[in-house]
Parts: sequence; structure tokens; C-alpha cells
Amino acid sequence: MMLSTATLYALCGAAMIGIGVYGFIVRAHLLRRVLAFNVIGSGVFLFLGALGYRAPQAGADPVPHALIITGIVVALSLTALAVALVLKHAEEAGRAVLPEEDREET
Amino acid sequence: MTAAFVFDAMLCLLLVGTAVSAVAGRDLFASIAFFVTYGILIGLAWLRLGAVDVALAEAAIGAGLTGVLLIGAWSMLQRRCGDGGNDPAMPVLPKLAAAAVSVTVTGMLALAVLALPVGAPGLVPLVTENLSESGVGNPVTAVLLNFRAYDTLMESIVLLIALVAVWALTPKELWGGVPGLRQHARPDGVLATFGRLLPPLGLVVAVYVVWAGSEMPGGAFQAGTILAAVWLLVVMAGIAEEPRMSSRLLRLALVVGPAVFLGVGLVGAAFGSFLGLPVDFAKALILAIEFALTFSIAVTLALLVAGTPREGT
Amino acid sequence: MNLAEAFTILFVVAGIFFFVAGTVGLLRFPDTHTRLHALTKADNLGLGLIAFGLAFRMPDVWGVAKLGLVWLLAVLAAATVAQLVARAALDRLPDLDEKGGAR
Repeated sequence: MMLSTATLYALCGAAMIGIGVYGFIVRAHLLRRVLAFNVIGSGVFLFLGALGYRAPQAGADPVPHALIITGIVVALSLTALAVALVLKHAEEAGRAVLPEEDREET
Repeated sequence: MTAAFVFDAMLCLLLVGTAVSAVAGRDLFASIAFFVTYGILIGLAWLRLGAVDVALAEAAIGAGLTGVLLIGAWSMLQRRCGDGGNDPAMPVLPKLAAAAVSVTVTGMLALAVLALPVGAPGLVPLVTENLSESGVGNPVTAVLLNFRAYDTLMESIVLLIALVAVWALTPKELWGGVPGLRQHARPDGVLATFGRLLPPLGLVVAVYVVWAGSEMPGGAFQAGTILAAVWLLVVMAGIAEEPRMSSRLLRLALVVGPAVFLGVGLVGAAFGSFLGLPVDFAKALILAIEFALTFSIAVTLALLVAGTPREGT
Repeated sequence: MNLAEAFTILFVVAGIFFFVAGTVGLLRFPDTHTRLHALTKADNLGLGLIAFGLAFRMPDVWGVAKLGLVWLLAVLAAATVAQLVARAALDRLPDLDEKGGAR
């Protein structure tokens, strides 16, 4: 069975969500968490966008596209807020890692 | 068909590979570089999914501005705190648990996709049917600024609130100052030349992208990002300085977009429905909102990337 | 296959060849400056060839002009960034010998 373009990219989006979730849990450095969160976000967008392309002959669905553009901009603004918080925390604590997760260095 | 499938499969493999490298890499700077590459590749994926508008937004915002933000944060962490991005290692057992969680999430989503019926047109017929009443020819712009204008209005306000929240982290003695770091660039260097060469071109491209956005891919968010990027370049090249946070003109620039949007919505409410655009004036109103919004989005995004004021280094 | 399509294939393939060469240089050369040399030279030429090849498929002269603009902007940005990266790398190499060779 040949996968359709939409299914292929939706599966790819699902994989990216999984990769991001793993990084979000495992990596303790806060900037890496912000990065992993962005990977989850773009995975969700790709998943949603691919679902709007299940009938290519009818054209791509513009409603998910509009939602995704909105989402990309909101993701950037929240990333900027998260980065500002991380920098503030690092200035106070000396490292961009939460104290309860500050175990031995690798 | 087959050649296209091979291309799609290779692109998906590259996406997964760069995502893994971005998340699991040891060196933080390399991880960020992989993340930017990954963002550009997603832009290609959007082209393959017939979403040119999203591809533009992803390349400009997802890869471009987010990359600038992360690299800036990396360099601040290194210089201010000597934090090179090292992670405390997680013990093996929790790592395995995290892997199990992530595989479960991906597996469930994959099962959900494979169970969906093929060939569902979604909302395409509904949008196509009403496109002639929206005032614009680009269905994505029609959804963003007419059919679902509510979302876009809220989003422009979310942007503003995010900036207020970032500004709230300013230390008391620096309140009202110049956002971001003071930049040091050689006045006769290549960056300064590039910073003088690009703005006129960037301005033309941004205006074109808003104007074209009513009939073709483009629009306020993409154009706003282009303007914000040009401004960031001008600041980095040391040609101009960020305006002070306390500047009234700056604050006016931040709210003019959402204010025009809200104003049009309220006038609509007086004549029928909130944010309901009359068919005859729809295109003019959409363009007015878009130009005001582009300006405000550009200022907001540039200030979000600059962050809070910092004492000179 | 008409002549325009043949030109497109010819120039795009040539462009891809230069991109591959630049990437091989990036991976194989020993330090930042030689890598930059490979990247800027080969990739700018590769992009130019690809843009030139695709110009044959554009419906009108405006499309060709947009392609030219894309190429020009990419070359300008690449040249600027290459200079900045090279300078940053130079600052990290305090012990250059007289001729400017690395260590």
C-alpha cells in the first residue's frame, strides 16, 4: 500500500511530537526545553496541516493553514517570553537549570 | 507519483534526523543550528502540502526569528553565567520511561491518522463557496481576516501581552531603557554595509507581501516578520538604536494594529455583527487592517526578540 | 523534451554538483576558513546555476526577475555572513603565524 502525501507527513509530524516530548522530559537545561517545546509545536502544526491535505484534488484546506500561521506567531511570542524567563533565572541562579534537577554534570 | 513519494520520504527522514539532532545533541549551539535547519526543512514540507502561506511564515518565524532568539539566549548564557549548555545527566530508568511515553504518544497519533477516512475535503468547499463574499482571493487571508477574524484579533492581542510579560521582567533601575544588548559593530564593516543595503529592499518586499497577500500567498504576519528582521539587522549593524521602552511613539506603534482591527470590528457591530465586514468594502477594510497590523506585528516581534533592557556590557 | 527543459535539467544538475562539492568541502576541510572557502565559492555558484536553470521555466520576465532577486539576496547574505564567521573564527585564533596560516 502506498502512503498518501498527507498520511506520510502526518506520521512525520507524530514522530516529531514524540521526539520533542522525549527531549522535553529528559533534557534538564532550560534552553533545551524551550527548543524541545518548539519541536513539539512544529510537529503539532505539521500533523494538523497534513490532515487538511487529505483530499489533494479539492485543494489544501485553508482553515488549518490560518490556524497554523496564528499558532506559529503565538509560539514565537511564548518562546520569547520563555527565553526571557530562562535568562532571568540564570542570572539569579548562575545556571539555566532548575535547582531540583541540578544533579551531577555529565 | 513515485518520484514525488521518494522526495517526500527523504524529506521526512531528514526532518526526523534534524529533530533528533536538535533535541539529543550534546553541544547546545549545534542543537540550535540543527533546529534552524529543521525549521527550513519544515518550510519545504509545507510547500509539498500546498501551504505556501504557512511555508513563508515557518521559514521567517519558525526558523528565522526563533533561531535569532535562541542563539541570542545561548550567547547571553555563556557570557553572563558561563553556562555552556551542559545538561545534568538523567538516570537510565527515567530515561527509559520518557522514551516509553514519547513512543506511546507518537504511536497513538499514528494510529489515529491511519484510522481516518481518506479523501475528506474538510472545510475546503465551505471556504470556496463563500470566497467571493470575503473581498479577497487568497483563501487563507479570507479565513484569517474575515471568516475567523476573531482568532486573528485575539492573536494580535496575545502578541502584545507576551511583550508586556517580557517587559515585566525588567529590573526596576533599567525600566524605560533601551531593550536588548548594546550592539558593537564596525562602522565600516561588511555588516554595516549590508545593514544599509537591505532595508530599502526589505521595505519594498514587505509592502509587496501584504498587498499580494489578498490574492496570492502572503499577508500581515509574513510581511511583519520581514520588517522585524530588517530592523533587527539595522540594530545589529549598529546603524540605529532600539527606541526606549518609555517612548510614547513606540507604545502607539505597538497598539495601532490591534486598535484598528478592534475599531473595524466595533463599527461592524454597530451595523450588524462584530467583525462582520460588508461585502462591498471588505477588501479595503481588510487591507487597512493588514497594513496597520503588519506595522504593529513588526514592532512587537522585533521587541520580543530584543528582550528586556540590560546594562551595558 | 524541448530545448528549455533540457537547459533547465542541465543547469540544475550542474548547480547540484557544486552544492555537493561545497558540502564535501564543509565536511572534509580541516578548519573554519577553508570550510568557508568551500561553502561560499561552491554554493553561490551552485545557487546561481540552479536559479539560471529554473529561469527557463518561468512564465514571464517578472518571474525571472524575482529569481534573480532571490539569487542576489542569497549571495549578499552569504558573503556578509561568511565575513562575520571568518572574523569571529580569527578572534579565536590568537596564535596565528606571520603569513596568517592557522597555528
